[in-house]
Amino acid sequence: MTNKIYKVKAMTGGTAAAEFLRQAEPDVMAVYPITPQTPIVETFAKMKANGKVLTEIIQVESEHSAMSAAIGASAGGVRSVTATSSQGLALMHEMLYIASGLRLPVFMYVSARALSAPINIHGEHGDVMGSRDAGWIQIFSENAQEVYDNSFIAMKLSERVKIPAMVIMDGFHTSHTVERMNVQDDKTTKKFLGDYKPEKSLFDFKDPTSFGFLALQNSYFDFKIEQAEAFKEALAEYKKITSEFKITFGKSYDYFEKYKLEGAEYAIVIAGSASGTAKEAVDKLRSQGKKVGLLKIKLFRPFPYDNLAQALKSMKGIAVLDRAISLGAYPPIYSDVVNALRSADCGLPVSSYIYGLGGSDILQDEIENVFEDLIKWKFSKEIKYLK
Amino acid sequence: MNQELTKKLAPGHTTCAGCGIPVIVRTILGATKDPVIVSNATGCLEVTTTIYPYTAWKIPYIHSAFENAAATISGVEAAQKALLKKAKLKKSAKGGSAFGGKAKLVVFGGDGGTYDIGLQSLSGALERGHEFLYVCYDNGGYMNTGGQRSGGTPLGANTETEPAGLDSFGKSRNRKDLMEIVKSHGIKYLAQANVAYPNDLAMKAKKALETKGPSFLLVLQPCTNLWKFPTSRYVRLGRLATETNFWPLYEIEKGNYVINYVNKNPKKVEEFLKEQGRFKHLFEEKNKKVIKEIQKSVNGNWKKLVEMSGSK
Amino acid sequence: MTQYKDSTIKNDIKKAQKVGDWKYLSPEIDAKKCIGCGNCISFCPEAAIKIRQNIHPEKNKNSKGIASVDMDWCKGCGVCAVECPTHAITMKKVN
Repeated sequence: MTNKIYKVKAMTGGTAAAEFLRQAEPDVMAVYPITPQTPIVETFAKMKANGKVLTEIIQVESEHSAMSAAIGASAGGVRSVTATSSQGLALMHEMLYIASGLRLPVFMYVSARALSAPINIHGEHGDVMGSRDAGWIQIFSENAQEVYDNSFIAMKLSERVKIPAMVIMDGFHTSHTVERMNVQDDKTTKKFLGDYKPEKSLFDFKDPTSFGFLALQNSYFDFKIEQAEAFKEALAEYKKITSEFKITFGKSYDYFEKYKLEGAEYAIVIAGSASGTAKEAVDKLRSQGKKVGLLKIKLFRPFPYDNLAQALKSMKGIAVLDRAISLGAYPPIYSDVVNALRSADCGLPVSSYIYGLGGSDILQDEIENVFEDLIKWKFSKEIKYLK
Repeated sequence: MNQELTKKLAPGHTTCAGCGIPVIVRTILGATKDPVIVSNATGCLEVTTTIYPYTAWKIPYIHSAFENAAATISGVEAAQKALLKKAKLKKSAKGGSAFGGKAKLVVFGGDGGTYDIGLQSLSGALERGHEFLYVCYDNGGYMNTGGQRSGGTPLGANTETEPAGLDSFGKSRNRKDLMEIVKSHGIKYLAQANVAYPNDLAMKAKKALETKGPSFLLVLQPCTNLWKFPTSRYVRLGRLATETNFWPLYEIEKGNYVINYVNKNPKKVEEFLKEQGRFKHLFEEKNKKVIKEIQKSVNGNWKKLVEMSGSK
Repeated sequence: MTQYKDSTIKNDIKKAQKVGDWKYLSPEIDAKKCIGCGNCISFCPEAAIKIRQNIHPEKNKNSKGIASVDMDWCKGCGVCAVECPTHAITMKKVN
């Protein structure tokens, strides 16, 4: 039975995140300000000040402490959340690995922004890509609606497989841009998320637990393998949860979005807000009879290698557009896409493009030109910059 | 084993033979009957008590990282507030609550994890006024990693990263006045204690644990391994530290200084220094001026303390 | 469902290292001299010492009891011997 009870609201990615938090009502939130995450925490803080939520908010003195406090609270058996960007995400870097290794379902919004130096406060994916090995579930959002919807999936998935999760929105492009979106009702939201029932907690005094032990050479490896197995499970559970989401809210989500890939010969792979612009480019070229399509990355970690390869293997050629630079190497999404195709024995050509660093604009005709390159069979080993 | 003393921390931890850290932990944990949750910074205590598959802790315990034991406990405290709120709501709704009483939150960190890398998170937690007790076991250096100097290492000490040699007499600067740093946060109770005076430590632990809001204990812990003295003498060294006024015992309660132990005839600080291998080089002719410097600083600090306490 | 059985640990004394094996000196308590003051108990880092009943009141009028060391956990540091006011403890080389 699909639930059609929703309100239409004008929200930004930041306020949509705050709205989800209002409905989910986490027990603890640790906040430290950084542009462009501030609308999330400020909106939520106002909600708390006006008695709309009972969440305990800790105004910590750094992002490292924000993640530390979130970890402490999560080990205490309660739902705990935080939000950050860029330098903040980089500062809490060691704690990301620790949250993951402690198997705590901490939930975080990242308003993705460029990393210093030079310092830049605008939207791109450098910060979250820098954290892709830290053992967190990472889900990209195209717009405020996806920020909101992805939150349901991420929080539920995180608690089910005991892996912390981050929902990513593009800094400014998504976090600060107003759009029209559908908001679910409080009751159904709370029912979908359910209560957080941890197996272990610091507040269990009858059967006390020690979190954060030392594992020597003879055991550390096994713990990492155990985490890797959990990530495999997460890949499967993601599908189950998107099904549950469809049943409850009537909307279908998958590992990624296939946009006009049916009968397409050339495709672009892209993540984040520029996907919207890219879809416009696809529409225009399709109207000219050109067989193009788009695959929009949503679940980035764990990466759905097999499914992605299946979705793209019938293409003649692909371009991957990354909004992050991996200095001295090929960029992140490109690398994972090539891995996926090669693992599926697909030899089709893939070109790498980097766009939008430091919040620089990407225009529709630039993306159309990328498609034209593919159609003209202009592939390249060299990374091309769209600027 | 002693059943009474090992209710919260069991033996079988791999602290050095003759290390007083477990005595500090047991004394403090024994000062309350309420349930206790411990947050522990990376260091001697943490590593020796939690090597997989064994944990010596018979109470809930969390170690997350080196510099954030206070930030971690801030999260635990918030979780406790949230759970108590829920229990209250459940109680009023159904007449029963899953969560019992309020637990005491205790943090243990070494001087490395407190004076230096952990100072920020301690300061933040104190400023926010969380209800927890922070215990710094001060052995004057990064001992778990082999004796490197910290902001808590005293003047003249030979350490691995600021060693004594032909061109150096060891640590060239005085240690930070951590008590004053913590006091400046305006907390209601903090005290300087010494593992060699367990009754005094127990008294202070009890007061600290009964404080509403943050409290802090700075406890001297002579390190047999890196201060270089026989394994049987941590208590002797601890006593000498206080008997020479190198480590006075005092409390700061709501801003009022109270000295707990006054030496009528304080011993010369040399008596304390000469027992330790880490100060051996100070007894060379060219370094004797450093001993004078240390004595001057000990005298000066004691005088200041006496003035602050308003006693004669 | 994910088994994160081992991301945390619980106290189980059977899993502890046999730290009693570390010692090369072992404390020997002279029951006649022990006055049951408890100094050794306060300062023993391992909490390996407890008071047992004085079963030979004819040898020692002390009614408080005699100190007794648990050799499984004693690391042989010798603090008890140094802190004993009646020198009732001597550290002897382990065989």
